[in-house]
Amino acid sequence: MSILVDENTRLLVQGITGREGTFHTQQCIAYGTKVVAGVTPGKGGHLHENIPVFDTVGDAVKETGANASAIFVPPAFAADAIMEAIDAAVPLVVCVTEGIPVFDMIRARRFMVGKNNRLIGPNCPGIISPGKCKIGIMPGHIHKRGRVGVISRSGTLTYEAVDQLSRLGIGQSTCIGIGGDPINGTSFIDALKLFQQDPDTHAVVMIGEIGGSAEEEAAEFICTEFKRPVVGFIAGQTAPPGRRMGHAGAIISGSQGTAQAKITTMRKAGIVVVESPAEIGAAVKKILD
Amino acid sequence: MKIHEYQSKNILREFGVNVPRGAVAYNADEVYEISQRLGGVVAVKAQIHAGGRGKAGGVKIARNAEEAESIARAMLGMKLITPQTGSQGKEVQRILVEAGLNIKKEYYLGLVIDRSSQQAVFIASSEGGVDIEEVAARSPDKILKERIDPAVGFGGYQARKLAFGIGIPAAGVGKASRLMTGLYRAFEQKDASLAEINPLVLTEEGDLYALDAKMNFDDNALYRHPEILELRDFSEEDPLEIRASRFGLNYIKLDGTVGCMVNGAGLAMATMDIIKHAGGNPANFLDVGGGASREQVKNAFQILLSDPSVKGVLINIFGGIMRCDIVAAGVVEAVKAIGVQVPIVVRLQGTNVEQGQEILKQSELNFTVAEEMKDAAEKVVRLATRG
Repeated sequence: MSILVDENTRLLVQGITGREGTFHTQQCIAYGTKVVAGVTPGKGGHLHENIPVFDTVGDAVKETGANASAIFVPPAFAADAIMEAIDAAVPLVVCVTEGIPVFDMIRARRFMVGKNNRLIGPNCPGIISPGKCKIGIMPGHIHKRGRVGVISRSGTLTYEAVDQLSRLGIGQSTCIGIGGDPINGTSFIDALKLFQQDPDTHAVVMIGEIGGSAEEEAAEFICTEFKRPVVGFIAGQTAPPGRRMGHAGAIISGSQGTAQAKITTMRKAGIVVVESPAEIGAAVKKILD
Repeated sequence: MKIHEYQSKNILREFGVNVPRGAVAYNADEVYEISQRLGGVVAVKAQIHAGGRGKAGGVKIARNAEEAESIARAMLGMKLITPQTGSQGKEVQRILVEAGLNIKKEYYLGLVIDRSSQQAVFIASSEGGVDIEEVAARSPDKILKERIDPAVGFGGYQARKLAFGIGIPAAGVGKASRLMTGLYRAFEQKDASLAEINPLVLTEEGDLYALDAKMNFDDNALYRHPEILELRDFSEEDPLEIRASRFGLNYIKLDGTVGCMVNGAGLAMATMDIIKHAGGNPANFLDVGGGASREQVKNAFQILLSDPSVKGVLINIFGGIMRCDIVAAGVVEAVKAIGVQVPIVVRLQGTNVEQGQEILKQSELNFTVAEEMKDAAEKVVRLATRG
């Protein structure tokens, strides 16, 4: 099985007529994702790459029954695009956009309180259930259908881990990039809860990085409630304090958010934390054997 | 983005926060003039983008203008080394001169984004003028916090709760509430990531002043704040980092000798880590972007090789949608164009990796090709330390 996305996912793409939106829509279709609609205000009524385009998310949902949205909208307008999808009751919203102002995301998250939609991202590669559905910008072909869940704050580092797994013959149930921003829609804990309910996910890989305390919070949850083995890695063990390491959320503030503190807490919670990113696949293999 | 103390105070003043009278100076003569104008005792404060200035000798009290001038002469051009500047320190080029105050009591006020609750949080403490992290560790009960609902804003009741909570005398609570509200409005309206008044002082006369102030800004929101962008002080930043940012590269200079070029921030951090594990030290963090286009690879090389401490380069690219053969062609082209003198280890993985490695081999350039990250790190560390 898998979580959140599968053969029944009907995707709409916000910002489908842009360069990134066009390219990645093609890639998602090539992987087998059912893309049913696009949204670009002012371009409603046209076909783009043979996909019907609508002016609003509401129209697109009404006409096509889309149940997921991918957002490829420039950062200044992305939080508004998220809220449009939430307002149109799209159950799953995946925002790939990098560079959204923090306050915009704080308002968008406040807007979501009391509503039942799930947001993944922003600033993330997306989500994929191998062999079934891909929403986002990850290279589909490195993935392999299977029973390991992957949750990560990073993009290419996740591909690295997935590639190691696939080469060892270990497939994935679902891989979720939760994104590198300080304010995001889905946390490690949210994703772990979903994997807990999936009987076919037998182990989880959790890839964190410096900044914030999401990994520590997840470790606490894993210790008390999560019943399956977890392999972890934290990027940024050599990162200097006070510097933003590419991702907006990857910053050590004072003594907060260091890799060492995260690793220590995760190990105490029973997570197998590897020191080197090259060991992720092998560590999972050891656990599954 | 960071700005200077005097710039933060100018912003806060616009939002009704009471700050001491004063002005910024670029030379000792100006310090004298400003001190004359202010009259009496003045504070002479070095303006650098780092905290811990007081202990490093960057904040001095002068009894009169003559004394202020002589302090300024010694301070300007001096390298201030504080726990936040690194061992090289930062050169003092600007000085803030402020009227002295009769300080009775010091407090702490700060605003940050709390990731867990996904809201801004107002922090206040009766312990001001010291490192707030130390207070939090030593006596957490002295730290008060109020989360701010973005749909409502900072409530007057919250301000009063904090003001009474940190022991501001009843007669000053109204003033304190207005000051706190101003601080929050500045934080929100300017898209700050941090706004801090440490210390907030209560004077013998019963007035409240932001004696020191610090604001950092959300880089993602600078596009809508040209007035903040204007405050950027390039002399506070590394020249290579400034050049890299013009190319749209995420580059941070570090102290080691192994230059690294990676696509994606997470993988870039992981690459630094694995270099350390192999016994070396990364010379930089460099994310050429998930796509790693040919042009970006070339730009990245130019930046990397401008750092004289780089003795070897590790290129670690995970070819996803961007194919390894295209990345390899870009690397070959860039190396030929620039004429790289240091050893280069290339590790490609992902889409079309075989074709990519073939291109590197056939280029007849002196690349060391590695298959795995660990292998790559060990090779580059060996090469970089040998030369």
